[in-house]
Amino acid sequence: MIFAVLLPLLIACLIPFLSKVKHKIHTGIFVFFIPLIIFLYFIQFIGTNFSPVRQTYQWIPSLSINFDFYLDGLSLLFVLLISGIGALVVLYSIYYLDKTEQLGHFYVYLILFMAGMLGVVLSDNVFVMYTFWELTSISSFLLIGYWHFNERSRYGALKSMLITIFGGLSMFGGFILLSVITDTTSIQAMIEQKSVILNSPYLPLILVFILLGAFTKSAQFPFHIWLPDAMEAPTPVSAYLHSATMVKAGLFLVARFSPILADYEWFFIIVSIAGIVTLCWGSYMAVKQTDLKAILAFSTISQLGMIMAMLGFGTKVAVFAAVFHILNHATFKGSLFMVAGIVDHETGTRDIRKLGGLLTFMPITATLAFFGTFSMAGVPFPFLNGFYSKELFFQSSLGLNENVGSFASFLIDIIPVLAVFGSIFTFVYSMYFFFGVFSGRKKEKQLPKKPHEAPIGMLLSPIILVGLVIIIGLFPNLVNGSFLAHTAEAISGEAFHPHIVYWHGWKKPAFIMSLIVVVLGTLLVLTRKKWNAVYRILPGKLSLNKTYDVIVDKLDVYSNQVTNFYMNGSLRLYVALILGTTAIVTFTFMLLTGGFTIGFDNLADITPIEISVVVVMMVAALATIFAKHNVAAILVLGVVGYGISILFVIYRAPDLALTQLIIETVTVALFLLCFFHLPKMQVRKESGKSKLINAVISVAFGAMMTLIGISAHTSNWFDSIAEYFLKTSHKLGGGDNVVNVILVDMRGLDTMFEITVLGIAALAIFGLIKIKRKKEAE
Amino acid sequence: MNELLELSKQILDIATKISVVGISISLVLLLYRIIVGPSNADRAVALDTIGMGLMGLAALLAIVLASTNFNDVILLIGILLFIGTLAIAKFLEKGVIIDRDME
Repeated sequence: MIFAVLLPLLIACLIPFLSKVKHKIHTGIFVFFIPLIIFLYFIQFIGTNFSPVRQTYQWIPSLSINFDFYLDGLSLLFVLLISGIGALVVLYSIYYLDKTEQLGHFYVYLILFMAGMLGVVLSDNVFVMYTFWELTSISSFLLIGYWHFNERSRYGALKSMLITIFGGLSMFGGFILLSVITDTTSIQAMIEQKSVILNSPYLPLILVFILLGAFTKSAQFPFHIWLPDAMEAPTPVSAYLHSATMVKAGLFLVARFSPILADYEWFFIIVSIAGIVTLCWGSYMAVKQTDLKAILAFSTISQLGMIMAMLGFGTKVAVFAAVFHILNHATFKGSLFMVAGIVDHETGTRDIRKLGGLLTFMPITATLAFFGTFSMAGVPFPFLNGFYSKELFFQSSLGLNENVGSFASFLIDIIPVLAVFGSIFTFVYSMYFFFGVFSGRKKEKQLPKKPHEAPIGMLLSPIILVGLVIIIGLFPNLVNGSFLAHTAEAISGEAFHPHIVYWHGWKKPAFIMSLIVVVLGTLLVLTRKKWNAVYRILPGKLSLNKTYDVIVDKLDVYSNQVTNFYMNGSLRLYVALILGTTAIVTFTFMLLTGGFTIGFDNLADITPIEISVVVVMMVAALATIFAKHNVAAILVLGVVGYGISILFVIYRAPDLALTQLIIETVTVALFLLCFFHLPKMQVRKESGKSKLINAVISVAFGAMMTLIGISAHTSNWFDSIAEYFLKTSHKLGGGDNVVNVILVDMRGLDTMFEITVLGIAALAIFGLIKIKRKKEAE
Repeated sequence: MNELLELSKQILDIATKISVVGISISLVLLLYRIIVGPSNADRAVALDTIGMGLMGLAALLAIVLASTNFNDVILLIGILLFIGTLAIAKFLEKGVIIDRDME
């Protein structure tokens, strides 16, 4: 099974070389065989006696991150969709993309995406799944921005990337929580430990994280906004990623984890609400669109919402209906995107207001569109697969589990109404799509190109897909037992496949709901012009795109403001922030942990000499703050330094005293040298407030250091090692001056590096002065 | 003999204490001069005198601590004071400490 993931990746490395000959052989022809091989390999698993297959390849065993491939009914459905539609899309793209395009880039991205998608659906290891998940996000970003010279493409690519990666990261958080709780990284092992997860306090968090990932990827309300903008991608990409595969990754995720999460009541509530709202909003928005691909984009959103809602219902019928509709939607939506691409390719526009009456020019395309749109609308014809899944959807919306809380039971009451409401609009936009393009007045003069039928190669893929629509429509039980039953089993835990028949009789409520949809939908379509004003009211200012734009823009502005607030280039502010924060954090921490301990035992006696020296130093230090003249400040500071050296004398540290004296003198001399070149010190005019803040910060910092010093002295936990030096100084170091023995023998390394520091400082000063001189000379 | 030693020790003790107090008072007064000014030359002289006070203080401390290790300190303060005062004097007089061109 690993070859299914590795083969596309391997070929992706070769494509740049293969694309060198694109003028002789279209690069897509090489690529075409890869999904075909994968498809043909996996199709052999279809059968009534299918049982899950597991394969493991080691990657990072120490973190238990391995390529665990697990092929059950759910994965099989998706693998076949990805590879099958992948092959058809590549075939279509061979005719759609001109040889002057950068084909190498296109197919590398596409096949990377294919590998990522196959990895997502086959992985049993959550972290490997996340890896492939992000690979699909990145390759989708690249594909949407394929025409990168186009500003809208870049905008759409960035938008989809931001939203899907946001969701991907939160999904990653959910995975981490899951793997920490269950102590395993395998999804199947997690399902076995279901009760552990369901009793975990983190369950709501896990649910929200995983659903965020699923909703962003599957374009559920309110994260659907990236999908319409992703329509800037080439049409094969839209057909493949944004109708058949990538947007279904979220559905896959929900389906994959529903054995664990479906027993949690909120799963039903959140997923159903999100699905139903997406269904209604997407189908409503689709009616307003004028661009063919935009209609299809919102239609995809609403259909995904419908499937998501069915997964949320979680009953046996609903789950079966969901997988059935996943298959059906992939067939008709893929073909419709290709039809939109053909119309665009052959007429030069996708604007439905400019199109019309193409039936006579493009009869084959029109036929294909007829089957696609009518199937999408769920029109009750016995040769359309969309009808069956829609009827199952209505049926499942009516037969929800009644044993739930009050809020959920309220939901159960309104879900069928909303389902019908959304389906009416689905019917409306489907009809609008078909009749707006292919019937009505011929407007060939307005079109950029003279319309004509597409080449057969371009029509081949939609023909195959529409063929599937019809075959499933005519024989709806063909794939049930051998294929979809396994998928439903993987999701809901038990094999279930209803025998689907076209005619249930008048008394079946689902059929009546379908009829309501058709009748009301027809009325709405016929009176469409009267409703135009109504359609314009919503969303108006409620558009989520505006919200997204505002968030992205304001994020920039506000983070700029925040950064400019504290990064204003003033060293004074930085120092104040550093010291103030240090003081606050340390004080809080010490007070919370009881770190300040003040004791008065083990203190030395205080002599009058010390007091007098300290008083002199304190007066001098205070005077430094208030000095109004450079030299005065320096000289007063010198007094502090000499005071320290006297303190060293008092505390019997002759070496320190000597050094301190010399250093102090040199420092004073250096200060004098520097201040000669500096302007006269000026009293900074400051507001009382900032003076007060400075005073508070400095007093707080000083108090903090004092308290820490006292605490450190009080809490003397173990003896010092000074005794050792005193004893061994002569014996080991051969000297009686213990300080010097420590400096050069015991801890000589420190001395060496301090010498280095001095050397570096000297060189740096030399360099600075020299460079300055040279500049002056110039 | 012992009494004499005891007596001289007491005298020494009292004398050092008196001297320390005296030097301390002079230091505080000199500090006043350094802070108040009025001219930098006043400050320079005061700093020089403070240094001398410190020399005395160090010597007295050496007596109090009964140690010969601080004699270096006393000598060093002397040298540094001389150099430091010279530097300050030159700074006040010419504005520079080290002349750039040594003609």
